[in-house]
Amino acid sequence: MQKKKVNLVSFLGKYGIVVVLIVLIVFFSVTSKQFLAVSNIINILRQVAVVGIMSVGMTMVLITGGIDLSVGSVAGVACVSTALLMNKGLPWAAAVLLVLIVSCALGGINGFCINALSIPPLITTLGMMTALRGTAYLLTGGLPVFGFPKDILFLGKGSVAGIPVPVIIMAVIFVIGILFMDKTRYGVYIYGVGGNEEATRLSGINVKKIKYLVYMASATLAGLAGIVLLARVNSGQPKAGDGYEMDVITAVVLGGVSISGGEGSMPFVIIGVLFMGVLSNGMVMLNIQDYTQQVVKGIALLLAVAFDRYMQNKKAKQVE
Amino acid sequence: MGETILKLNNIGKKFPGVVALDHVSFELKKGEVHALLGENGAGKSTLIKILTGAYEPTEGTIEYNGKTYEKFEPKQAKELGITAIYQEFNLVPYISAAQNVFLGQELKKGIFLDMAGMEKKTTELAREMGVEINPKTKVKDLGVAYMQIVEIIKAISEDTNILIMDEPSAPLTTREIDAMFQIVKRLKEKGITIIYISHRLEELFEICDRVTIMRDGKYICTKEIRDVTRHELIADMVGRELNEMYAGGAGASDDIIMEAKDLCTDKIHHISFSLKKGEILGFGGLVGAGRTETARALFGADELLSGTIMKNGEVVKIHSPKDAIKAGIGLLPEDRKDQGLVLGMSVKDNIVYSILKQETKRIFLDKKDIHKKCSDLKDDLRIKTPSLGQISKFLSGGNQQKVVLAKWMATDCDVLIFDEPTRGIDVGAKQEIYHLMNQLTAQGKSIIMISSEMPELFGMADRVIVMHEGCIKGELSKEEFDQERMLAIASGL
Repeated sequence: MQKKKVNLVSFLGKYGIVVVLIVLIVFFSVTSKQFLAVSNIINILRQVAVVGIMSVGMTMVLITGGIDLSVGSVAGVACVSTALLMNKGLPWAAAVLLVLIVSCALGGINGFCINALSIPPLITTLGMMTALRGTAYLLTGGLPVFGFPKDILFLGKGSVAGIPVPVIIMAVIFVIGILFMDKTRYGVYIYGVGGNEEATRLSGINVKKIKYLVYMASATLAGLAGIVLLARVNSGQPKAGDGYEMDVITAVVLGGVSISGGEGSMPFVIIGVLFMGVLSNGMVMLNIQDYTQQVVKGIALLLAVAFDRYMQNKKAKQVE
Repeated sequence: MGETILKLNNIGKKFPGVVALDHVSFELKKGEVHALLGENGAGKSTLIKILTGAYEPTEGTIEYNGKTYEKFEPKQAKELGITAIYQEFNLVPYISAAQNVFLGQELKKGIFLDMAGMEKKTTELAREMGVEINPKTKVKDLGVAYMQIVEIIKAISEDTNILIMDEPSAPLTTREIDAMFQIVKRLKEKGITIIYISHRLEELFEICDRVTIMRDGKYICTKEIRDVTRHELIADMVGRELNEMYAGGAGASDDIIMEAKDLCTDKIHHISFSLKKGEILGFGGLVGAGRTETARALFGADELLSGTIMKNGEVVKIHSPKDAIKAGIGLLPEDRKDQGLVLGMSVKDNIVYSILKQETKRIFLDKKDIHKKCSDLKDDLRIKTPSLGQISKFLSGGNQQKVVLAKWMATDCDVLIFDEPTRGIDVGAKQEIYHLMNQLTAQGKSIIMISSEMPELFGMADRVIVMHEGCIKGELSKEEFDQERMLAIASGL
């Protein structure tokens, strides 16, 4: 009897979000006929792709014990600057490459402020979030950018074998992210920095390098997400990606990544991302109005964290 | 010593899969200092937690002042006057000593806090203990010894009848420990009953009246301290005879492997010494003498202002721990939980943490090889863990220390600095650590050992360098090992 209870606790502690996701899917498929249609499932995946791409970088940042609020604004800058560069005559591939490099450099600025100037990540990326959003508006004079060649649009609207390209990009990024975190030494270092920075330093590891790495990865992926956004809406919107940082953090935290660092796993972040997508989509299907949806999402985040804490406490007590 | 104040009858505590306490009975007489002794995992902490109400016993009863209880609630335990002081202090660093003492029971004048009153009372209580303390000082600016005093004052300000002291001497220097003993004696005179937990057996003979020994969650025996010997206590604790605590090492060769010349940082001054191949070089001194700082300077954890480090006759530049490891120098830090291990990571990841670069094939980690290396080290060091994937924080202190040691054995480091390697770990594990150190020197590795326990230092080291206020004040060869002599040098006399 006792033993069974332990297993249930550790099972729910680990797979709680999966169970909740399944319950949610069952609920929506009962209440809405179209929910489980293949076209809708693909639709959900397409909707979560941008947040999904960003969440891989955010997961790495959060596991080091940091946070990156600038991802939405980096996406915005990437979105408009890709459009502008193409309007200047650059081929789309060159524009994309250049924007990814610039995004990576923006992450480098985050890393520099955190490492060299000792500004806490929250403040650093808050400052960058504001400054870069302003930059996006400055670059375009506040107006959306149109008129660029259409060949970039397949990144947002195209599909291969029925699967939308953004979904493929997200899947590839997740696979790389999972391999990186689980199979390379940098993955271990990222957990180590978040778990115990001093012990990591005393193990002969360059902690600053790891921090540069995660913020640069996060910004690069945010840049990629911005490009996908551009291709999806067919215009360089300076407000693109606005507020996405919160959706991304919510998804990552729902996926069980600890906001205090050191804990979390990339595959579960996929579940967190899907959870957000299913929730939004299902609520749309049920004609729940937009404002209510926001309330539900916010509460979902709080419940997820409360549940996680509760399980952690229970687990800790049992181990004692 | 008077009548029985507290009695535990057949207390049992089961956790899923583990019996932490197995029908433990324990009796406390009013006004005594009662030692609770046992290896890590013997059930001492669980017993304490039952007394303070943190845990409910699964069976048995508690008799306190003639009344029988099934269990204590935390609040109830406090009201009954049972207080515990843990190794990790429960103080708020950014407020004053006086505010900490009265935290949650603040004195008030009208609606405002009566600061002056609280400060006055704190000073009075401190004087009763025979200590002077500035009640206005913020706790973060106090030394560990004073933090402990604040904890004690806090406890007695709450009308404590039974005070549980969990390893109170662990963070203290020899002199501070003497002062702490004086305080314990005064508390006893005031009629406060004390449960005293310590791994340092010598202390028990100095201040305790009786001792209760536990092993594997069971009650073993209670004895008058004057009727037992140190040897008997150890035998009861580990359930077997421990013969040679420090089996002698192989002894040093004459080759010098490392030399430090004139090392200076802001904490240490002109430190010069040499280390021989296969040698265990002890560093003695009081806490704060600069031993840890010397280790950190050698290891590149603190920036050197001047000085050179020679390794195998060549000058090595060390600006970071990374450089030190490259030069073959490893550090087992004094605080394994904060500096030695990433507690949230698995045993395996911790062991190979410093050598992941070597363990990378092309871009991915060679998990097979990692697993093999780790399981070999786990067997060699007899690390007790259910699996290599176990999260390190769930291991006992002794096993955690072995993981730190395994991590450094996995590297190619031939100079290892052990900073307080046996602090807070039990007798059995201590002996294993000593044994491993001797094995390392037999393999030709050299060890710098920092320790505040003189018996351990003299038992293990080939030579001891004594520090005082950031400077080397003397060196003792094996023939000169003498506690009084070393204390004199360490005190700057």
